[in-house]
Amino acid sequence: MADFVLPRNSKVKNGKVWPEPEDTSNTRTFKVYRWSPDENENPSIDTYTVDMNSCGPMVLDALIKIKNEIDPTLTFRRSCREGVCGSCAMNIDGCNTLACTSFNSEVKGDIKIYPLPHQPVVKDLVPDMTHFFAQYREVEPWLKADSQPPERERLQSIEDREKLDGLYECILCACCSTSCPSYWWSADRYLGPAVLLQAYRWLADSRDEATGDRLDKLEDPFRLYRCHTIMNCTKTCPKSLNPAKAIAEIKKMMLERQI
Amino acid sequence: MRTENRPLSPHLQIYKPQLTSVLSIMHRLTGIGLAVGTLILVWWLFSIALGPQYYNDFHWFISSIVGRLFLFAWTFSFTFHLANGIRHLCWDAGWGLDISKAYKTGWLTLIVSVVLTFVIWIVGYYLIGGI
Repeated sequence: MADFVLPRNSKVKNGKVWPEPEDTSNTRTFKVYRWSPDENENPSIDTYTVDMNSCGPMVLDALIKIKNEIDPTLTFRRSCREGVCGSCAMNIDGCNTLACTSFNSEVKGDIKIYPLPHQPVVKDLVPDMTHFFAQYREVEPWLKADSQPPERERLQSIEDREKLDGLYECILCACCSTSCPSYWWSADRYLGPAVLLQAYRWLADSRDEATGDRLDKLEDPFRLYRCHTIMNCTKTCPKSLNPAKAIAEIKKMMLERQI
Repeated sequence: MRTENRPLSPHLQIYKPQLTSVLSIMHRLTGIGLAVGTLILVWWLFSIALGPQYYNDFHWFISSIVGRLFLFAWTFSFTFHLANGIRHLCWDAGWGLDISKAYKTGWLTLIVSVVLTFVIWIVGYYLIGGI
């Protein structure tokens, strides 16, 4: 059952206001979600003021600057800083995206930063992704083929390979799944857009021979059909992929195999 | 490090409302609106079957300001649910799932349902000869 309000231990309070930098007027205010497992406190919003004259253009640049110069306890994931690793996925200005590919200048007013929505928080902006990756494993995201393999690799026509465009580029940042209200309310049983896009990536692969099995495992009122075509997933995807379309294609395959 | 009793990150409270999610929740709400409206329809049919004094009660309610506002909301529920339902049928057939089409059809749904609602009411008042 959907729980629209946050549990008591998750209610967000006002946090610390960190000192402003001196001798500059070019500043921006960052309001960042904080929670530490070492203190027995509720989460809070800390306010940082950053000198933009010495800050890079991206939200991730600002977060790194805050960590280096203002508050070393601020915790977040980051790695590639160029939108291919998916580590710095977070909620910026009310939408899920990658901090490394979001410009500070694209946000009006204070820049509000939260962890990916409706996830258990490990610390600050770091959500616990264990369940998400367990669901990814559940769709068995690897090639399954019983037929005798050819001497070299299993070949694919150019047309068949093209069917995987827009699917294989997914970096599993979980922006889409954690933007989906259906996933918020039913993540225990609904696989969510990211994992379903991956499921379709293997359903659409001409070399894969387990299509029937894969569809059997997805045919479930929750696993697949909790998708109500809200389309928050496609709206938010930082790689401009289309999980909603992938899910619709799976639903079509379910129908077509009954005809 | 504490791993139990982790807080849940904010969701509805902080996620920006956008056409995608707002129209989806409106589809739910207008669906509920249609169901409630059907109960009033049943009341109307009962009142007709039970005789004039019951019908007078119903007529008093439905012609009051509250009753008319209710009917107006019901009309909008109908037109919106119909228009957005067609949008959903297109999606189920695999058409219109990219974000630019979803936004265009979304605004179209809103405009069509509002215009249709007013057309129905203008024609309705015209037929009963004014407010």
